[in-house]
Amino acid sequence: MRMWAQSHLCQKPQRISSVFAAAFALILLLLSASQPAGALPAFARKYGLRCSACHESWPALNNFGLKFRDNGYQLMNERDSPIWQNPGYWPVTFRITPIWHRVSSLNQVDTYTPGNLGPTGSTAQRITSEGFDLSGLDFHTGGTLEKNISFYVLPSSDPTGAFHFESVNARIDNIGGSPWLNIRLGRFELNNLLSEKRTLWLTANGGIYQTYHFIPVGDGNIFGQMGDNQFGLEYMGHSVDDKTRISGSLLSSNDGNVNLITGANSYSGFFTFDQAFDTGKLGMQRVGAYAFVGEAATYYLTNSAGGTGAVPIPGSGIGNKGFSRVGFYGQFYFGPHFDLNVVTQHGEDNAWFGQGYGNAIATDGNGGATATCSNPANGPTCPYLNNTPGTTLAPGSRSPTWNGYTFEARYVYSPQLIFKAVYEAERMSQQATPGTPSNLGNINNYSIGYRYNPFMTSRAGFAYFGEFNLFHQDLTGPPNSAGNATNVNTSELMFGIDFDF
Amino acid sequence: MRFIGAILFIAILGLVVVAGLTPRAFAQDEPAVGPKPPVVIKPMESHIGNLTGHAADAKSDFRRYCAGCHGDYGDANGENAVWLDPKPRDFTIATFKCRSTLTGTLPTDEDLFNTIGRGIDNSNMPIWNTFSKQQRADLVAYIKIFSPRWEHEKAGTPISIPPEPPVTIESISHGQALFAKLECWKCHGTHGEGDGPSASTLTDSKDNPIRPYNFAAGGNDSRFKCGVTNQDVYKIFMTGVDGTPMPSFADVIQPNDAWDLVHFLRTLQVHRHSKENEVLAAAHGVIPPYVDKSPAPAAPAANKSPSGGQ
Repeated sequence: MRMWAQSHLCQKPQRISSVFAAAFALILLLLSASQPAGALPAFARKYGLRCSACHESWPALNNFGLKFRDNGYQLMNERDSPIWQNPGYWPVTFRITPIWHRVSSLNQVDTYTPGNLGPTGSTAQRITSEGFDLSGLDFHTGGTLEKNISFYVLPSSDPTGAFHFESVNARIDNIGGSPWLNIRLGRFELNNLLSEKRTLWLTANGGIYQTYHFIPVGDGNIFGQMGDNQFGLEYMGHSVDDKTRISGSLLSSNDGNVNLITGANSYSGFFTFDQAFDTGKLGMQRVGAYAFVGEAATYYLTNSAGGTGAVPIPGSGIGNKGFSRVGFYGQFYFGPHFDLNVVTQHGEDNAWFGQGYGNAIATDGNGGATATCSNPANGPTCPYLNNTPGTTLAPGSRSPTWNGYTFEARYVYSPQLIFKAVYEAERMSQQATPGTPSNLGNINNYSIGYRYNPFMTSRAGFAYFGEFNLFHQDLTGPPNSAGNATNVNTSELMFGIDFDF
Repeated sequence: MRFIGAILFIAILGLVVVAGLTPRAFAQDEPAVGPKPPVVIKPMESHIGNLTGHAADAKSDFRRYCAGCHGDYGDANGENAVWLDPKPRDFTIATFKCRSTLTGTLPTDEDLFNTIGRGIDNSNMPIWNTFSKQQRADLVAYIKIFSPRWEHEKAGTPISIPPEPPVTIESISHGQALFAKLECWKCHGTHGEGDGPSASTLTDSKDNPIRPYNFAAGGNDSRFKCGVTNQDVYKIFMTGVDGTPMPSFADVIQPNDAWDLVHFLRTLQVHRHSKENEVLAAAHGVIPPYVDKSPAPAAPAANKSPSGGQ
């Protein structure tokens, strides 16, 4: 559950200031994000199991927790149906995280001359802020409605209390008595083995997996973010012991936005396969692959003649173009204490997206979509790039491609204490426009941290945590005094208490 | 004087010896108080095929997965135990329900290994089949640290299970007769629904109320506490379910009789697709009364019981 906005805004790839504004807005939006979905003491209470039974460290699932989820929140015994529960049992969990954090980032700021009431120009400066803060609030409710029929509903707020539905889905499991046939409908997290919604990280840039959200600078495809919960229909199958898992989802290409503001006429598919292997004392190793392929609109009817000030009409998108994200993932255990999670990705967007077409919704939409350009730097003059009939791409335009890598290592000292580290690298391999610096938009992202659970019960979750994140992106910062784009370097130190009940 | 000295010496020596022998008698009146000492992980092992499990390697997993119910000390006093029905196993008394060994004996390592991976139906014990085999073997070894029985006794010898005879309406009929004769219905009910006249009075070996198995409750995926196959059912009533009122019938019925009983018990699982239910359906759902077709006993053996079965 998250309020992540798109990592791009109004598309003006030629203007560095636009790029800077996009990066700045991205950082602001990330900073306002609520924490991901997580552990459910409601499940632990139902079955009388400690959180640690399902979570390597909550909210990250271990193999047993993964099987529980894949079975539709069932242990597959005769007590899965709610009819066996005390009538007073109500499967609700809330989660919120009071924090202290210190954020330092490069921003474009107005310079001020004493005696002059107006801005006298702008320059890139580092701004550091620190203080006590709060995450958003999650209300998880999920479980079984009947044996093999389950649901999950997650109203979630941002830190200001504005709610949206992060997840709403119902699932029919073990159709015909087979674990290979499970169907889910609604808004749900994609079947990512390294789950972003159950991440152990809470900082703004570290709390998402960049590999799941990366979009080239100036790209207009807002749909290909596999870290976001999506609307669609999912088929999922698995072996009885959950060592073999497959899934396929048909999704609306709207990146999880309601009311078909975008993606009214386009679909995408997400397919996964993974297999676990028992390697003796090393533990259970799991490897898999995924493919996210689809198409999305690049042409929307607008409320005016188009061009400057044109606002796309929700649901009117046509002119579909393709995109893809494919990669591998692996979960490798080196004994009972250490594991390494790896995700790779090769991404490609159609050249139209690469030139900024397709973004009919400049904000994420979770908190109330507005089909307008939200880049405040451009104001009402923001032009909406629309692939109206007869539009041609600039000569030399090509499909942007990139590669991403995520490595997350965890050292589980005990079921109550975990140390963690992440390194992510996103590398452009082909920019959409010839002549663009080859490293524009490249990302390095580092995080280290710990989580300590002073107690482990089946009633509540409570963790002291601390983490540090360092985010670097090439050439998306504000221009320096010479007018050249600078790199974005953002760091965040965070401590807090993460709890749910 | 030397004599008095010798007397005094012997008396003092006697007092010292007596004093040395008696402290334990006094100590019995002073119960150990204060926090429990840390769990001592004895170097127990398990052996399942080529796998060797080590107790020390399961310490973290036991805390993570097991201690919430079974307790850190294996005494069934985990924080969740009070809410569970039936109560979790108390490893300190080393009495186990699911065994391939005769009643009263310790189970084999493989029995415990299989129980962890299979879970126990009609209880809160999940199916831990996501563990690696090594994890399960280590946990089997860890379970042994809680009871001295494992240091002094060897596991029992697994019973032999003869090949299963064909399912026939006659075998089902004979099984039904045995179900009545052995008074299984007193606990499990006449229709196997766990509602026999004694059902409400049953307690386990720790005096906790316990319910008999309801054969009719499950669906097509219904399982027994200790397995799902016909061999598992055979094993359950030939070895008994230790710690519960379910006795062993190993000394009461012959192997072929036991198989007939298995076939009848399957028909009580009315929602499960099984060979037994197919045979019963072919007989229009009617189990004919059992007729003993065994040869008439010879004259010298005329006083023998005809319960040998077929």
